[in-house]
This record gives sequence, C-alpha cells and structure tokens, in this order.
Amino acid sequence: MTELLIRNGTVFDPLNRIRGEKMDLAVRDGRIAESVSSRAKIIDASGMVVMPGGVDIHSHIAGSKVNSGRILRPEDHEKDVEERTSITRAGVGYSIPSTFTTGYRYARMGYTTVFEPATPPLKTRHTHEELDQIPIIDKACFPLFGNNWFVMEYLKEGKLEECAAYIAWMLNATKGYAIKIVDPGGVEAWGWGRYLKRLDEEVPHFAITPREILRGLCKINKLLGMPHAIHVHTNNLGNPGNYLTTIETMDCVADLASSGKPVIHVTHVQFCGFTGNSWLNVGSGAPEIAEYVNKHDHVTVDPGQVVFGDTTTMTADGPFQFLLHKLSGNKWVNVDVEGETGAGIVPFRYRRSNYVNAVQWGIGLELMLLVKDPWKIYLTTDHPNAGPFTSYPKVMTWLMSKDARARVLARINKNARRRLDLGGIEREYTLEEIAIVTRAGTSKSLGLKKKGHLGVGADADIAVYSIDVASIDPSRDYEDVRKALAKAAYTIKNGEIVVKDGEVVATPTGRTYWVDPKVSIDLMQETTASLSAKFEEYYTVRMANYPVEENYLESPARIEAVAEV
Amino acid sequence: MREIVLTVKRALNVPVECLEVSPNSFSGKSLDQIRGIEIWEGNRRCRLNDIFQVEEENSSASDELTVGIVGEASRIRKIGYRMTEGSIAIEGDAGMYLGEQMSAGSIIVNGDAGAWLGSRMKGGAIEVKGNAGNFVGSSYRGSTKGMKRGTIIVHGNAGTEVGCWMRNGTIRIKGSCGTFPGMHMNNGTIYIEKDCSGRAGAQMTGGRVIIGGYVPAVLPSFNIEEVRERVKVGEEKIPGPFYVFTGDLNENGNGKLFINVAKNPHLKWCEEYLE
Repeated sequence: MTELLIRNGTVFDPLNRIRGEKMDLAVRDGRIAESVSSRAKIIDASGMVVMPGGVDIHSHIAGSKVNSGRILRPEDHEKDVEERTSITRAGVGYSIPSTFTTGYRYARMGYTTVFEPATPPLKTRHTHEELDQIPIIDKACFPLFGNNWFVMEYLKEGKLEECAAYIAWMLNATKGYAIKIVDPGGVEAWGWGRYLKRLDEEVPHFAITPREILRGLCKINKLLGMPHAIHVHTNNLGNPGNYLTTIETMDCVADLASSGKPVIHVTHVQFCGFTGNSWLNVGSGAPEIAEYVNKHDHVTVDPGQVVFGDTTTMTADGPFQFLLHKLSGNKWVNVDVEGETGAGIVPFRYRRSNYVNAVQWGIGLELMLLVKDPWKIYLTTDHPNAGPFTSYPKVMTWLMSKDARARVLARINKNARRRLDLGGIEREYTLEEIAIVTRAGTSKSLGLKKKGHLGVGADADIAVYSIDVASIDPSRDYEDVRKALAKAAYTIKNGEIVVKDGEVVATPTGRTYWVDPKVSIDLMQETTASLSAKFEEYYTVRMANYPVEENYLESPARIEAVAEV
Repeated sequence: MREIVLTVKRALNVPVECLEVSPNSFSGKSLDQIRGIEIWEGNRRCRLNDIFQVEEENSSASDELTVGIVGEASRIRKIGYRMTEGSIAIEGDAGMYLGEQMSAGSIIVNGDAGAWLGSRMKGGAIEVKGNAGNFVGSSYRGSTKGMKRGTIIVHGNAGTEVGCWMRNGTIRIKGSCGTFPGMHMNNGTIYIEKDCSGRAGAQMTGGRVIIGGYVPAVLPSFNIEEVRERVKVGEEKIPGPFYVFTGDLNENGNGKLFINVAKNPHLKWCEEYLE
C-alpha cells in the first residue's frame, strides 16, 4: 500500500535513544517499517529535524464545558477567523477553537495525539461527538471521578473492589482513558457552601477526606492495571500558599508505588505552586515542588505554563472558578452535573504588568527547568486555562533559550522579577529534551506503546521541522526555531502526509483510544446490580441508556487492561 | 481634495460586507485599483466594481480624501471599518457596523444607519441625520470593550443598548431611545434629548446618562443624590432641572443618571429622600 521514505533527516527519538542522528525512516501501511520498496514516495528531510508526532497529555479540546466556553465568548471567535480552503473547513479560534480548527492547528504544529483531560461522565457522549469532529489527530478523554457520589460512598464503606468494578464499568460506559480527579471532595463541599483547603478535612455528608479519595482511587488505578496513573488536579488550587497542599498530595500516595512506576500525575502545577499567604506576597513554590519531584519516582507533573494574553479558563473545579470570577470581575458560567462533578468558565487576560500573573508565568518555567529528569515533566499550557495550545512553540523556545526567557523577563512586573529565581537559571533544553517533554515522555506516561517513538512497528505519526541543526542554534536563533515549530514542514499521521509547509493537505479521521479494564465477571455482575438501584435513585437517565456504545464512536481504539480483581 | 463617489448600481438582496471602503484604504490607490477591491456579497466574493459605479471628482493633489456613497446602501455593512482619516458622506441609508473601530475622520449619513453604529470606535465623529439601530457605540457581543473616544450624534431615534460597555466619548441622541442606554458603561457621556424606554444605566460603573424626556422608572439599584439646575455636555449647558442618581449599586458603580424633573412628575417621590 502506501509507502514513504523520509530521507536524511536529523532524527530525535528519545525512547529508542536516537539523539539527532542523520538517518532515513521507512513507512509502510501507517507503521514505521524496516525498509520500503523503490516505489515509495520520498520526502527529502535533509537539514530538517524529524521527531515522533507530538502527544499532548492535557488539553481541554472537547466536551460540554469547552462548548459552554464557546457560547460564553463570541468575542474570542470574532477576532480569529479561519477561511475555508479546498481541503479544510472554515472555523474560528482563538482560545477555544472550533472542533475542526482544533485538529488543523494541532496538526500544523506537528502534534498528532491529544488527550482531553476532564469529561463529566454523564456528558461524555457529547465529548465523543466533539472528539469525532476533530480531524487528523488521535484523541482520548479522562472521565472525572474525584467528586463522584458513588465513588465517595464506596470508599467510605471500604468497598475497594466494588468501587474498582464501578470505575471499570464507568470507563467502559464513557469510553474513557484514565481516572481524572479534580479537587477531590472539594467540588462537592462547595455545593454545600464550603471550601476544602486541606487533605484531611471532611467532605460534608460523606465523612470522607480528600486524602482517602486520592489513596482509594490510586489503589483502584493499580488494581485495574490502568495504562496511565491517576491524573490529579489538587485541592486548594489557585490559593496563595498552596504549594504545600501540592506536595502533600504527591506524598499521600508515595507508599503505594512499586517498581518505580509513577502512580500519580499532578497536572498544571503552576496553578498550585504558590507560596505566600495573600495575593500581595505570592511567590514561586516551584523550587520546593521540583525538589520533591527530583527525589521521588512515583510522581510526574506538567506545568500548565502561563502565556501572557487573553484566554479562557475552564476547569471542573467550580470553587476555583468562582474565586477567579470574584477576583477578576469577569463573566462566568457554572455547571453542575448530577452529583458527578461540576465546572466553571471565566475569561481571563494574563498581564505582564500584573504581579500575580508574572509570578505565575515564572512558576511554570522554573518548574520545567528545575525538574532535572525530563521524563518526569511534560509540556502543557493546560489549554486554554493558562494559554492556548497554539503557544507551545513559544513555550518551547523559552525552554531552549535563556535569551528568549530574558527578553520576556525584562518586560514583566518588576516586583515579580525580583521575587523569581528564573533569571538565575542557566539550563537550556536540548531538542532531545523537547522531544521528551512533548512526545516521548507523554506517550510513556499514558502507556501508549505505539506512539512517541519511531521504532519499527510504531504508528507512523511523524513531525518534520525545518530546523537545520548544523546552522541553527536554538539558544540564539530562537525566533527561527519558534517559526519552524509552529509550522511543521511535514506532519505525517498514520503514514499519510497531512501537513506540508505548515498547510493542511489532508484530513483523515483520527482514532479515539479508550481503556477497557477487565474485572471478574462475578464482581461486575454484583456491582452493576447494585448500581442500577442507585441509578434509579439519583439519575435523570436509566442505567441502560447511560453507556456510550462503542459503535457510536467514529473510530474507536480499545485498549484492554487486565485487572487484579 | 480628492473625492471618490460610489454609486450603488443595482438592488441588493443580501448583505454586502466591505472591510475596505474608507478614505485610508482608498488613499494612494488609482481608480482601477479601487474598483478591484474585494468585497463580499452574501457568501460570494466580488469586486467593488460589481456593485458600485466608482468615479472620481474634483481631483487635486491634496491629501484629504472624501468618500461619497450614493444610492440604496442599507444592506451595505462595515463602511468606514477601521477608518483613520478623511471623511465619508452617505446620501441615503447606511447598513450595520458603520464606522466600526474607526479611530479618526468623520462620517455623515443623510438617512438612517443600521445597528452597531460606531461600535468599538476609538475616535473621530459620526453624524446621522435619520435614525440609528440598536447598539450605538457599543462593544462586540460578549466583549467588554465598547466605544473608547469620539462623538456620535443621531438626529432621530436610536434603538436599545446605546453605549453598551462604553469606555469614553460622547453619544448624543436627539430623539428617543430604547431600553438600556449606558448598559455596563464606565465612562463618557450619553445624552438622550427625548424619551427613553427604561432601565437606563443598568450595571453602569461610571460615566453619565442624561435623559431630557420621559423615563418610565429608574432602576431600584440607583440612589437619588440631588437636583441640579443644569448639566454640561461638552461646551453646551443643558437646562434642567435634573434629578441626579448614582449607581449601579449592584456593581459598586459610581455612574450618574440625570433625569429631567419636569418631564417625569411620577418620580417626584424621590425628593422625599433628598436631604
């Protein structure tokens, strides 16, 4: 069938320990192959960098809250309109692009796989409908479990196995990929007008603490043999002094780790890495958090790097969004989803001149630079919370070039500049490290065996950037590097050229990955029997109508997990 | 002075959107180049020439450029979009978004203007001899950035939400207006010479709304402050007396609402609360 030969590229493939070697890559039938026939189409990649396609671990691209954000912000779309071409459809941006535009823009940057990190289980049908409309890229979504009534009830009663079976049923029903926990117990408590600020405070009416929820779900994650660790948005997010909560959250599952495999991924740490005790003396907790991450192997993180400018914040953390709405005076919407979870959306502008925003910008970068092992940290902007995903190339240049950082640092709020350690950090990422934090590391963390590397048999998702390593020094020529990263010379998805010279040339349909943990039949039968009674009691939908059928998805890709129960 | 006159050639059944009909986009262009400017008729791309007869009058070397529009132009949108200099004179009616985001220069309309007149304008002057639609000098939907500077004068009536999210500048409506003038405004002046349908200054945080005619009621989130004999708009002193209210207290606002005393006898009860 289709064959490609990518010739003479400078290949960065960290998982296979290829560090910028000049070599040819053969592609056959959507996979990387040993060799191809002489009929293969040849791509001349001499003077270009070749990497696996980008894998984004955390980016809010689809689902009910993303769509509420679109409805809330007509002014966001008005300023960024993309005309249709003979291949692509028309669409709008900027911080919450329409579905088609999301796919095109990711592909243009050489990204081929994106994970939507928060979907309310009940509304996941909508999430899948939107994911199906996002062309080119592969995707998956993480259902929310941190404030789920049934989960809290099971855990309180110590029914770990039943809870595991329930989650297995839910992942199957929602076609989800991993266990997402947002502000464990906190969203529920806020429904009763309270804030949970510590891991050991009780959730009203459930007599369970965030610590117990985290530990319970972490154990279940292991019982179910999930490919990814629990994906955690911490309690107390967005409050000064919360870096302690973050470290405590990481530490509370430290003893559950075995064989050095990470058991917890703490996401957008920038939002939960504040020191100080008020907005006036907020500082960066990045050094302390980085020190913890450097010393422990059970945790991985991503920064949620702030990019100055206008964006839309959206999270399942309703309490935090309410706080932000009060602080900024901007409009907001709030959604509550039938005892499963909630969400809030607030438009926000990060300003260089604002002390807190400037510190936030610094925290993300400090964290990226102070965590020594790039396999433990992944690049995100928590799109669109801290900035749209289209600013990834800019963030990458900040990592690769001290000059690029210094240029921004010189223009931020001067008190923030004085407060941050960022100016004194010399480290500059190499292209290999960039490849780790944007593709190899994320694929490894997500347990995607065929992504994030270019070994024989891997999916032929490849990004080719016109960066000539012989003449371009990313540390000095960061502007050229940024442009090259923003517009891939070629993006290849499943062996098909989808982007050429930064323009979309084909729009195939990407797969939707989902995890199907297999628990014992007896346990599953027992659990679903008791579940249906709960459904009758709590839900507006019957249990039988709740699951999203596999054939409802345009291109499902099931990953079976072998559970221990 | 150079004057370019655009005459509408034929009846227009669908909206026409022109982002480049303004003195600054015409200046330095030959007549043929102007004729070739791209515009949209509905979902079809066409040239200025397809819809307008483009002619030049009084050609001389002066920098000042005037654009004249003749004929039925009420379906033509965004005339004077981002205009920075010169002037536009429209013989008949103009469509929506006239003078959107303009920063300098002047626009005169002899007929009516559509909705979103001078929306997000940053400077310059617009004068409409007829009526104007809704959202005069307002922000784009969802945005918090309305008119920033400049002057809009409407000789007839205006619709609802005059000066929504207005940040500064002056709007003067010589006729009446619909509901919600000065909604969310935080600075500047809106002067309605005749009546207003109500809810003036809802959620305003600053600025002034002056109503010379009848208002059904004042929002309960406004406080009566005083009765003032006259109020100054630009250089002109408008004779009153006026009730002066502050609000909107729901937004911790410090906006001022001036309501003519003589035309609103039903508001007499407010006087009880004056010291």
